[in-house]
Amino acid sequence: MRKLRVLKWALKAICRNPTRTFLTTLGIVIGIAAVIALMEIGNGARETLAQNIANMGVNTIRVWPGTITRSGVSSGSSGRANITLTDVNAILKGCPSVVSVSPVVNVRGQIIYGGNNWSPFSIIGVNEDYMKIANWSIEDGEPISKRHVTRGSKVCLVGSTIVRELFEGENPVGKNLRIQNVVFKVIGVLKTKGANMMGMDQDDTVIAPWTTVKTRLRGAGSTSLSSTSTTSSTTTATSTSDLYVGSLDLYPSSSSSNRPPVRFANVDSLIIAAPNQDEVPQAVKEITEVLRETHRLAPENDDDFRIRTMAEFSEFFTSQTETITNLLLCVAFVSLFVGGIGIMNIMLVSVTERTREIGLRMAVGARGSDILKQFLVESIVICLLGGLLGIALGHGLSVALTVLMKWPSSVSYDAIILAVGVSVFVGLVFGYYPAWKAARLDPIEALRYE
Amino acid sequence: MSLISLKDIQKTYYMGDMSLPVLKGITLDVERGEMVALTGVSGSGKSTLMNILGCLDRPTGGEYWLDGKEISKLSNDERADVRNKKIGFVFQNFNLLSRTTALENVIMPLGYTAAHLSEKKMLDMGKEMLERVGLADRMDHEPSRLSGGQQQRVAIARALVNRPQIVFADEPTGNLDTKMSEEILRIFNEINEKDGVTIVLVTHEMDVAQSAKRIIKLKDGEISSDTVLRK
Repeated sequence: MRKLRVLKWALKAICRNPTRTFLTTLGIVIGIAAVIALMEIGNGARETLAQNIANMGVNTIRVWPGTITRSGVSSGSSGRANITLTDVNAILKGCPSVVSVSPVVNVRGQIIYGGNNWSPFSIIGVNEDYMKIANWSIEDGEPISKRHVTRGSKVCLVGSTIVRELFEGENPVGKNLRIQNVVFKVIGVLKTKGANMMGMDQDDTVIAPWTTVKTRLRGAGSTSLSSTSTTSSTTTATSTSDLYVGSLDLYPSSSSSNRPPVRFANVDSLIIAAPNQDEVPQAVKEITEVLRETHRLAPENDDDFRIRTMAEFSEFFTSQTETITNLLLCVAFVSLFVGGIGIMNIMLVSVTERTREIGLRMAVGARGSDILKQFLVESIVICLLGGLLGIALGHGLSVALTVLMKWPSSVSYDAIILAVGVSVFVGLVFGYYPAWKAARLDPIEALRYE
Repeated sequence: MSLISLKDIQKTYYMGDMSLPVLKGITLDVERGEMVALTGVSGSGKSTLMNILGCLDRPTGGEYWLDGKEISKLSNDERADVRNKKIGFVFQNFNLLSRTTALENVIMPLGYTAAHLSEKKMLDMGKEMLERVGLADRMDHEPSRLSGGQQQRVAIARALVNRPQIVFADEPTGNLDTKMSEEILRIFNEINEKDGVTIVLVTHEMDVAQSAKRIIKLKDGEISSDTVLRK
């Protein structure tokens, strides 16, 4: 029997009752539409995530202080205050796979401009390399320079959210704002970055030289400036000169076997850039070695710092998205299963209705296998039509969601191939029993059936 | 050699411990080109005999030689092939596919074993057959738009499309009025005379049986009389 003819007969049989065929396939249509929509939205989410991670820099490494546990009491994360400028310099010197390092100091507080006030999501102190490491740029004005950092200048960069909320859309460059009652001059506006992958507004940020943040603002790191210096956080320019200008004097003993001076300025964390994503693991290894050295840890001691890379973040979030997508896909497949049972039901009805036709076909020479093929092809064609309709519907749905709710989505060819495959499979599985029943009919009985 | 040769054909139905013999040893020869009427009251076994002759059913005993081949022991698939290549059927209730044109009804059997033919060739064969039964102008009509006599003529065209050696007609005029019956019987006579197709008519009406060349009467599963009317 020619394959094309079987297909033609199947299409004819289906067209004989279009309403019923449509209702029969509805289960498949809905199931496939759900699969397609979910896959496209899931794909979109994954791509956005990948882009976000790339924005944050796939080549970046973060270093945080470790925890201290004394007498069974854990200090929690960042309990130690052991990441210092010494570490920064040591990493730059001792790690060939590291391009640049910036200390990061976080503070919280209110910022004031004129009669407006605002509490930004983050106020961070960094050095001149931060913008490059964080893959960020300036929209307007100028970036923080090395000079700003070494002199502890009271300058800052603001994100677009700050411009909108505090400056009410005015150009803030050149204006003064107050952070914790310290006056900072706005020298630049950051390029809009949008929400990060945790949904936090990255534009709700003030960036200042870390030396300024450390010395001028309250709550920057848990220890104050230095035990060698008599200055406190309230002192002004002298403390910054201790940090940089006087740094040569502060390290006279580092060449000798004596202990280096007590850490004088801890920072909250470090952000480090490797040349590219592939060199991140090597950089992590080097940083670990250098930090163990500078922290004078014996081989049996655990690290007193934590290193995190963006790769870990990205893996975590990717696996989260995938888990949720897979869960929803399971629900969609349940719908497909129910749809398949609907197909089986209607095919059984159809076989009973067409008993005489089956008897006739057998009488004129159709073998059991011909009848089996005919009904099986019919059920596959029904499912395939449903699947195609479902693909169109699902794609329409994801496009509509993208337009209406700004959910990212992208066409998933895998999903389309999967959907077609699944429809054929459902047709085959759920059409087999009715087709087998038809093929087993006795021609005499079937011809006599009323 | 005879086209059909039955040797002591028996058919017994078993229901639990009960056995119900329907055919009790039929021995019969039908030559090529004959037109035989198989008659008998209902329950005489004529339908059962026709099912066996038409390879739809298997006898429980005896031998059935069709065209020089013993076919009582063939498998279902082999019998399907025999039906497709050597046998045509005409039924009392026409058994046409609904919502399918006359022409497509006619070429339906070709789809099974004549797959080597092109679509066009099949349509040509179907058209030729419909012309033979005088329905050249009704090819695109669906059965619902045809009269009973026309439907039966489509069914005859379908039975002939595979160019079978033998056509079995089970009460072909049972659902038709006298005028249409005569027309159908005339067509059977014509294909029997002109094409030499052997025809076996099953009927309980004696005047229908009279149009055949030979009448075989069955009674209680046995042949009670075998009369040759004309050669």
